[in-house]
Amino acid sequence: MILNVEKHALPFKGLIRMVENVKELLKAHEGLKHEVYLDIENSSMVPEEVIEAMLPYYNQRAFGNPTLTHKPGWEAFETIMESAQKIATFLGCKALEEVNFTPGETEANNLALMGTAFCLREKGKKIVISEIEPISVLHVTEMLQKYGFTTTKISVDSEGFVNLEKLREAIDKETILVSLSTVNHEIGTIQLIKEALEIVKDKNPDTILHTDASDAYGKIRFNVKDLDVDLATVSSYKILGPRGIGALFVREGINVERILEGQLGTQKLWPGVENTPLIVGFAKASELAFQNFEENLNYMRKLRDKLIDGIFGRISEVRLNGPKDDKRASDNVNISFLRCEGEALTIELSLNGVYVSSGSACTRRLLQPSHVLVAIGRKFEEAHGSILMKVTRYHAEEDINYVLETTPKAVERIRGIVGSTGVE
Amino acid sequence: MEDATVVAVAGNPACGDMITFYLKINHQDIIEKASFESYGCAANIATSSVVTEMIKGMRLKDAWKISWKSVADAVGGLPSVKFHCGILAVGALKRAIRAYYKKKSFSPEWMPKELSFEEKQALEEEELARILSKRMKTEE
Repeated sequence: MILNVEKHALPFKGLIRMVENVKELLKAHEGLKHEVYLDIENSSMVPEEVIEAMLPYYNQRAFGNPTLTHKPGWEAFETIMESAQKIATFLGCKALEEVNFTPGETEANNLALMGTAFCLREKGKKIVISEIEPISVLHVTEMLQKYGFTTTKISVDSEGFVNLEKLREAIDKETILVSLSTVNHEIGTIQLIKEALEIVKDKNPDTILHTDASDAYGKIRFNVKDLDVDLATVSSYKILGPRGIGALFVREGINVERILEGQLGTQKLWPGVENTPLIVGFAKASELAFQNFEENLNYMRKLRDKLIDGIFGRISEVRLNGPKDDKRASDNVNISFLRCEGEALTIELSLNGVYVSSGSACTRRLLQPSHVLVAIGRKFEEAHGSILMKVTRYHAEEDINYVLETTPKAVERIRGIVGSTGVE
Repeated sequence: MEDATVVAVAGNPACGDMITFYLKINHQDIIEKASFESYGCAANIATSSVVTEMIKGMRLKDAWKISWKSVADAVGGLPSVKFHCGILAVGALKRAIRAYYKKKSFSPEWMPKELSFEEKQALEEEELARILSKRMKTEE
């Protein structure tokens, strides 16, 4: 086939122009004295120790395919199993086979939902989730509707807690799968997941329970031993490991169908050659997250509250999205700035070295505000001015001070542009 | 702007973008001053700002000829998801010009009776936002 250059010329031109624009934007950031990265929700920096742990696995050892019969292959096999063992221990698994590596949270959620639906399609077609699940759960359930599955979305209260009564009503004999996040990725609500799962099992013991624990693993006390959960998603970058790796916990005896086909290696649910360095990085990041665990959590909570209290003390017309104190994940800060558009604010903050994301409609491809914020009853205008930040144990108090110094000025600038437009 | 001759709004906060244009127009139909307020994203702010820069000192007849594409070019290009920002900015400008002549009860020959592309798009976007916010309210 000959590529029609004429036809393809426009999008390429557009992309080149965008690259030029980005270069200009980056130039505008030159000379920043202080930079604070708080967008852990969307990607993260990787600590030096993790990178150091990964590096030898690119060219010194274990770079072989773990299923093959030579030294680098056996080294890879050993390395992957040892890493899986570490993660299995932190998760509280019974066996290391329960840890199935995937390329990330999105893939693990796809595998959990599609793999279960395909497996149990003869038993029933009903799937139950909450209104505030991540996109990689929401969109999979929408896709499954094409194959005859139905989805019930359980509502949440103003702090993001799932309505347990509605959950109880929604479960019946046809319900094959329930998926509820342990911690909400946007507003940090620590779900009453144990109670929720008990309700589900009480009404239908055969229902498979999945939880996206990406924002719980390494961030709150979370253990598959204490929970009656069948499947759990964990992610590497959310605990400052490298991107491109995650895992799905599948309890022994639970069947999940593969959603991709290809050469199988050590991972029975995900074909293709294992990425040994990333798996090592994920295990190392887990080790670091669980080292001095309680101490880390307390430190993050301190920074989190300093950030929230500081913003409330310095800026008027702000709203906290999600619950407070112990009901909230240790790292999550989500605040709506009224009369202020979020995407414009992220850019203004970036120009001052503070990197965050927004639930504004403008930042989304479909130009609709964050479904999580809408589900907890936030008005469009509130979602529009929302900013999401996550602190880590690597942030210092000075970083938070810098954010508190910068944010009021940035908000003031954007509010100056907004004027009285759009204010009721 | 306190001494604005005409004020026009386009967009709806529910769709994420809303622009207000303030124009000061002299008796020769020339735009003496132009300013804006934008409750929208960076592309919205940039296109509104560029429009106010472009039209300063312009005759209304010439300002009417500004298209959203020329505005997009003036800001160095827009990604396709942000086209509507440029369209909205020009929509607001055309509404302002229309409002000015309506106030004067006069309809110049060069101004079409029918709504321009940008005005129609602005209307459509506002209608979409209304439907969207209504749907979200009924779902609650």
